[in-house]
Amino acid sequence: MTRKVIKAAPKKTTMKKAIPSDIDTQAGYVRIEDAPLLPPPPSEVGVTGWLYKNIFASMSDFGSVAAALKSVFVAASTLFILYFLITQISGLLDFAIFSAVWSDPEGLKRQACWTVEQGGALPNGWHAACWPFIEAKAKFIFYGAYPNDDLWRVNLTYALGGFMLAWVMIERLPYRKIVGILLLTVYPVMATVLLTGGAFSISTGTIGVATILGLALITIGRLGKAGYVSGAFGDLAMVAGVCGWLVILFAAVLAVFAIDFDLEAIDTRDWGGLLITLVVAITGIVASLPLGILLALGRRSEMPVARFLCTVFIEFWRGVPLITVLFMASVMLPLFMPEGVNFDMLLRALIGVTLFSAAYMAEVVRGGLQAIDKGQYEGADAVGLSYWQSMRLIILPQALTHVIPGIVNTFIGLFKDTALVSIVGIFDLLGAAQSTLADAAWSTPVQGLTGYLVVAVIFFVFCFGMSRYSMFMERKLNRSHKS
Amino acid sequence: MFGRDRSLTNLLNDTFIRGILFQVLIAIGLLLSINWLADNTLSNLANQGKTLGFDFLTRTAGFQISPTLGTWMLDYKVGKSTYTDVYLIGIINTFIVALLGILAATVIGFTVGIMRLSDNLVFRWFSSFYVEIVRNVPLLLQLFFWYFAVLRAMPSKREKLELVEGVAGLNITGLYLPAPIVSDGFIYSFLSLVGAIAITFLVRRYALRRQAETGQILPMFWIGLGIIIILPVLVHYLNGSPLDWSLPEFKDTGPKLRQGYQSGAGMVLVPEMLAVWLALSLYTAAFIAEIVRAGILAVNRGQTEAAYALGVRPNVTLRLVVIPQAMRVIIPPLTSQYLNLTKNSSLAVAIAYPELVSVFAGTALNQVGKEVEMIFMMMMVYLTFSLMTAAFMNWFNSRVKLVER
Amino acid sequence: MAQPQNTVEQSIDQKTIVSMRNVNKWFGQFHVLRDINLSVDKGERIVVCGPSGSGKSTLIRCLNRLEKHQDGDIFVHGIELNNDVKNIDEIRREVGMVFQHFNLFPHLSILENCMLAPIWVRKTPRAEAEEIAMHFLTRVKIPEQASKYPGQLSGGQQQRVAIARALCMQPQLMLFDEPTSALDPEMIKEVLDTMVELADDGMTMICVTHEMGFARRVADRVIFMDEGQIVEQNEPEAFFNNPQSDRTKLFLSQILGH
Repeated sequence: MTRKVIKAAPKKTTMKKAIPSDIDTQAGYVRIEDAPLLPPPPSEVGVTGWLYKNIFASMSDFGSVAAALKSVFVAASTLFILYFLITQISGLLDFAIFSAVWSDPEGLKRQACWTVEQGGALPNGWHAACWPFIEAKAKFIFYGAYPNDDLWRVNLTYALGGFMLAWVMIERLPYRKIVGILLLTVYPVMATVLLTGGAFSISTGTIGVATILGLALITIGRLGKAGYVSGAFGDLAMVAGVCGWLVILFAAVLAVFAIDFDLEAIDTRDWGGLLITLVVAITGIVASLPLGILLALGRRSEMPVARFLCTVFIEFWRGVPLITVLFMASVMLPLFMPEGVNFDMLLRALIGVTLFSAAYMAEVVRGGLQAIDKGQYEGADAVGLSYWQSMRLIILPQALTHVIPGIVNTFIGLFKDTALVSIVGIFDLLGAAQSTLADAAWSTPVQGLTGYLVVAVIFFVFCFGMSRYSMFMERKLNRSHKS
Repeated sequence: MFGRDRSLTNLLNDTFIRGILFQVLIAIGLLLSINWLADNTLSNLANQGKTLGFDFLTRTAGFQISPTLGTWMLDYKVGKSTYTDVYLIGIINTFIVALLGILAATVIGFTVGIMRLSDNLVFRWFSSFYVEIVRNVPLLLQLFFWYFAVLRAMPSKREKLELVEGVAGLNITGLYLPAPIVSDGFIYSFLSLVGAIAITFLVRRYALRRQAETGQILPMFWIGLGIIIILPVLVHYLNGSPLDWSLPEFKDTGPKLRQGYQSGAGMVLVPEMLAVWLALSLYTAAFIAEIVRAGILAVNRGQTEAAYALGVRPNVTLRLVVIPQAMRVIIPPLTSQYLNLTKNSSLAVAIAYPELVSVFAGTALNQVGKEVEMIFMMMMVYLTFSLMTAAFMNWFNSRVKLVER
Repeated sequence: MAQPQNTVEQSIDQKTIVSMRNVNKWFGQFHVLRDINLSVDKGERIVVCGPSGSGKSTLIRCLNRLEKHQDGDIFVHGIELNNDVKNIDEIRREVGMVFQHFNLFPHLSILENCMLAPIWVRKTPRAEAEEIAMHFLTRVKIPEQASKYPGQLSGGQQQRVAIARALCMQPQLMLFDEPTSALDPEMIKEVLDTMVELADDGMTMICVTHEMGFARRVADRVIFMDEGQIVEQNEPEAFFNNPQSDRTKLFLSQILGH
């Protein structure tokens, strides 16, 4: 095929202008005048464009029989869904806001929410929320049976925790790491003392023994580091050293628990409602994080025994439902302990939840460890860092930032799962709401619906908020990785 | 590994030996702990006058269980059936509600997931709404909603809400449907269905071979549908329709205690089961929808563009290019969700649907009191489900791994 | 124009593969293609260049309806490009496209990648489709990779497979959307060589690229686009040695001058 001969480029003066449809596009050609910038046709922009793209585009393909049927089906479904959404949402708004009873000035209690037929003042057929009921029960829903005089302790715990958490989360503030560490170590101890009242009966003897043991272990560790103990025993010595620090920490915590701050002792059976939900969920996550990290490292370890044990542990706790774990904890834990050791009901549930959550946390951390480029591990090795050093300084900091969205998602799941403790007799948010339904003084046909609606909204607000935060974190991390 | 100098210190310094030493220590520590726990348990049990043993399984159970598939299959009778029967009934009921839940959740989940990607704004809003609300409220609360708010609001025992005149009805005691009664010839109808499916496979193989040889494509979907529907129906009618239906019977006259739906006629789905099924399906469907959406989005837009540029029509592109790639991403988390659904069925203990936890760790445990054995038996069932799922996922992942350098 | 449409089209049919008249396209408010007028004859090799964002990719993607134009006419091989699905199918059969990121199907082998379209679009029997595929894989010089998977091939090899895949439909026109931009430098040559061979064999092609050496070697016409318009076009010698518009001069100095 011969190549087409193109005329030589004409001189500038005889250059054609950009006249549409007459141009001889084969010749050398130069545009003199820019084509005008025109507004787009209506099908692209503005209200009609938006309407077309978002609604009618999916209904307008009539090219074939199948496409036509699909368009009709889509149109019908759209109408039906619109109808459904509008009726349900307006019904909900009506129930919760417009037709609801908001106040009970005469203290009539349940009568304030009765229709004429039932003996009250509202028109027959009325069916909406009875908010005075919630007002009366609000304290119970949020705090349980916690004594009113000591509510300030719960509020202080909430406030302190919220403040420190916000500090850690807001980017621009200084000292975030320190506050974070305090939040994970000092705050739980403080919270426990505030909420329970502290002053546990721990003998000074126990504290003394623990302190001495800890110091001894630390000394062994120091000796090992300084090289007085060699080889395999040197490793053991260093492990002992770390354990020593943990024991000292433990002794310190015991000491704090033993101090009498002159606070009223409040049994955990009196805690309830949102307080329990938060305590279980937060303790579960915080306690399961270190355990989960250890399990994840163990599962990836090259030592077959460690790998096998960690895998079995993880798969076991992930394979059984949480309710069976709670049953096991509440029923079997007393059996496992030597006689006389009495376990607080809440503590049993906490242990069960922690172990359960640790298995899921381990998988999340493992995912983070796997996501780290192999080059990082090799780089750390090449520089001569030991296993624990490379983990502590290089690998884990990177892995943990990777897994923050995963951790938040696990927390959301745990937060929802805490509702299960109501089945083993602990009054969480759901349980507290359920028990308010037994109050005959407020018995109305809408009592149940109002109560459950409030609980659903509280859960939704927490969980939805956390999931938005997790998505925000994920987007931030993705952006920082792309750069 | 072994240096020239085989002195003791070098041996101890050896990472290999250190590794072994470490593991031996772990193993010893573990054994000691287990020994301590076992010791405590045995002594505590002895103090309570109990012993370990599984002989309770042959004792007869003295409590009533709601009419469900399990009780029907094992013909449960108070005072005659043993605790083994109770265990099996729990497993069957767990299994059936899990299976029905998985089916419903998959259908709803895929639909909602695809809706979230639609051009249509109403579809997108609705599915986002649904997913966000259902995912952020605890399953237990949703279960209570369906059980207390919806099913308890049904007409009372002596009234009914007719769904289909004379055939299906609903009230507070359950959903009543016709029960199939099979007579002798039904086995042929069933076999012809199996046969129709087999024939469809054969026709498909023929169609594929024909396509390979001549390039002509047969409309396999319609042909297959036709065979599977027409053949069994034909055989069924030719055989005299050996399938009868026992319709639910509703009495609104006579002594008050005997009014309402009569037992023995038709089939009943108790509200507990309906509530568990609804809650599990809708909850899991929300998670499945997200998985499906992520899976479809994971397939690069360039893939569809390349296929379109080659002239491949959209439905064929979907089938040959998009769905195979999306399924790779969808199936592992999908199986996790199926497992979650099965485990979540244990929540039924809160509304006394007689699945495994409810019937074994609830009622039976109260009667028998052998916590260790019974909780162990329960956990074994769930662990088996989990391990089977994990094995399947590993097999699937190795099968469909994209071949890379 | 006074003449009825079809007669005009028939006379264009034999010779003109692509005819774009007063084509405009918007992305929302953004006027991305402005008054495009272009006609490509059978056997012509066109190179389109220009700064990023100038609409070059959008232009060629309009030719096989991967993008929809909102104003003006486009005729490919005599068939009008509009919303009619039958027209679109016909056009896509006659137009092949090679993408910047290859877009090979990772779950199918190389051979299956190439056989997919002939089997499902042209309804070719399997054996014949395999023959066609092996023929074109040989033509791009990688027949031995036929049973491998895209993930096992280098970038240059993948792009050559992509070219073979498009050729298996035996199109009248080949579109190349920056085919070498995603390749490592050492692999650019093998792909360009393949494209040069294709050009020398007489394939009509429109190529969006920054490879000016390729343009000089192969192109009948070089088109420079900027801000959605065709600013200048000429045969390569005149274009590179004697650019007329200031914008062209600026672009050429940036792309050639370092």
